[in-house]
Amino acid sequence: MSTTFAADTWNVMTRELKPIKHEPASILFAMVQPLVFLALFAPLLPKLESGSALQWFVPGIIAMTCLMGASFTGANLMEEMNTGSHERLLVSPLSRPALLVGRALKEVVPMLAQTAIILVVVTPFSFDLHVGGVLVALGILAVFSIGVGALSFALALASEGQDWMFWTIQQTLLFPVLLLAGIMLPIDGAPGWLQVASDLNPLTYVVEAGRELFAGQYDLSTIASGLAGAAVVAALGLVVGVRTMQKSR
Amino acid sequence: MTNSNLTNTVAGPVIQPVIQTRGLTRTFTARKQTVEAVRGLDLEIAQGELVAFLGPNGAGKSTTLRMLTTLLPPTSGSASVAGFDVATQSRQVRQSIGYVGQGNAAGHQQHGRDELVSQARAHGLSRMEARARAEELIADFDLAACADRKVSTLSGGQRRRMDIAIGLVHRPRVLFLDEPSTGLDPQNRANLQTQIQRLHAETGSTIVLTTHYLEEADALAGRVIVVDHGQVIADDTAYNLKSSLGDLITLGFYDQATAAAAAHRVRRSAPEAQIKTLGDEVTIRVAGGRELAPALVADLAVAGDRVHRMEVAGPTLDDVFLNLTGRSLREDNDTATDTALASTDETLEEIAA
Repeated sequence: MSTTFAADTWNVMTRELKPIKHEPASILFAMVQPLVFLALFAPLLPKLESGSALQWFVPGIIAMTCLMGASFTGANLMEEMNTGSHERLLVSPLSRPALLVGRALKEVVPMLAQTAIILVVVTPFSFDLHVGGVLVALGILAVFSIGVGALSFALALASEGQDWMFWTIQQTLLFPVLLLAGIMLPIDGAPGWLQVASDLNPLTYVVEAGRELFAGQYDLSTIASGLAGAAVVAALGLVVGVRTMQKSR
Repeated sequence: MTNSNLTNTVAGPVIQPVIQTRGLTRTFTARKQTVEAVRGLDLEIAQGELVAFLGPNGAGKSTTLRMLTTLLPPTSGSASVAGFDVATQSRQVRQSIGYVGQGNAAGHQQHGRDELVSQARAHGLSRMEARARAEELIADFDLAACADRKVSTLSGGQRRRMDIAIGLVHRPRVLFLDEPSTGLDPQNRANLQTQIQRLHAETGSTIVLTTHYLEEADALAGRVIVVDHGQVIADDTAYNLKSSLGDLITLGFYDQATAAAAAHRVRRSAPEAQIKTLGDEVTIRVAGGRELAPALVADLAVAGDRVHRMEVAGPTLDDVFLNLTGRSLREDNDTATDTALASTDETLEEIAA
């Protein structure tokens, strides 16, 4: 059973990656907004005594790219549900959980490519690249992306026949999650209620860990809470996603 | 002759039907109203049969197919496909069947060749086998020109060929096609029928399709199962279904009075015929109508009811459906005409009496 599951998951994942192989530029789709933010927002950042503001801003933008890319991904499933190929996969012997997990795992690939593009863009502009830290941060972001992707697929399955519902929920959640994680502005001086909301947001911890790691600082407790935040999202996403897929007929 | 009749004559062990349903039922509940889409279906389909489920939209054809392909759990009753129970052994059923749904099997963002390989891999073929099989199907279904393009850019006919190719990727014992020709132009529909027939002849696999095109069921299937309101109302060869009905003679007269008089006369000379009058036309449904027509015209001429024009048509499956259900399979306006026909007929019978 487990070898079947692994093989099924691999098949689903490689199938999902094939269109990216043919059209690598499609990865840029989810990056338009983060790159616009980078171009139009970064010049407004105040000069910091402790170093470049980019150093603080870029990890947040990378987390934003992950969130956007992974949360959009359910739209692909929704298209396949509308056109019929999802139904065809449901009639194949692929296991239901693999249909979800394989799709969610593939989110790691565009995530890595997108981060690489952003780093290439910002490194010439007073941004210090700490490769070791970046790699650890990418591990955390990968786990986070898998979880968000799984949730996005679950939302797509739940919105069957009502595409507007998918977009309404995705758009409604996207920006509060981004803002509460302190991606645009620091949450430090926020009123108490906002602080609480931010503390409840798993992305807050992912972004905090990302900022430390991108700066080449390795504080174990920050890394651990970042990883925990990502793991909570991944666990929730996979449980909800697999359940929804199993109900899917 | 249906294959099921043939298998019954084969001596030796009883051949297990490849599809078997017992009291198969599916209900849907919407807004506190329960609709029985399929009611207590008992069905046996033998290996190698080519069967068409024929019925209007909402008759329960697709629901039946979705239960047989594990896409929908039955509300009650049971069904087995290729020896496996659809509810409890769904993975084995899925491994044994090919399915061509109403939508497109290939993802629109994918390339056709990639989808053939992915689906083959999903069915357990090795990477090498999957690539070889994709190549084979691309050649068989004339897809070479479009296999390496994005599916969303293909024409409707190309996509449908791709769908069927994907359905066959693992050489299934049983192939299900849900309204395979819906949305295709007549030429592509004809191509599709040729492909299905060729497939059936070459592989000997069991093929079950649903259609609301009578011509399609007629042209393709050895066995036609007519479904209405979730139940089987007829199950036979297209030929037997039609020949039980007789030919349709349509006689046109110069005026309504002559038509009415002629209908009256025909009714006496051929009491077994179903006769209807509409305006200056009389339609006569009768066995052996082609042979009867010349004598009928001569007889009417003797009586002074001159026939102005005549048409004799063999029965269609639509006639069969109309005869079985009192409704036409075609669009609603035809049903209205049928009602009009029936009412005219009644009034004229009253007059005659």
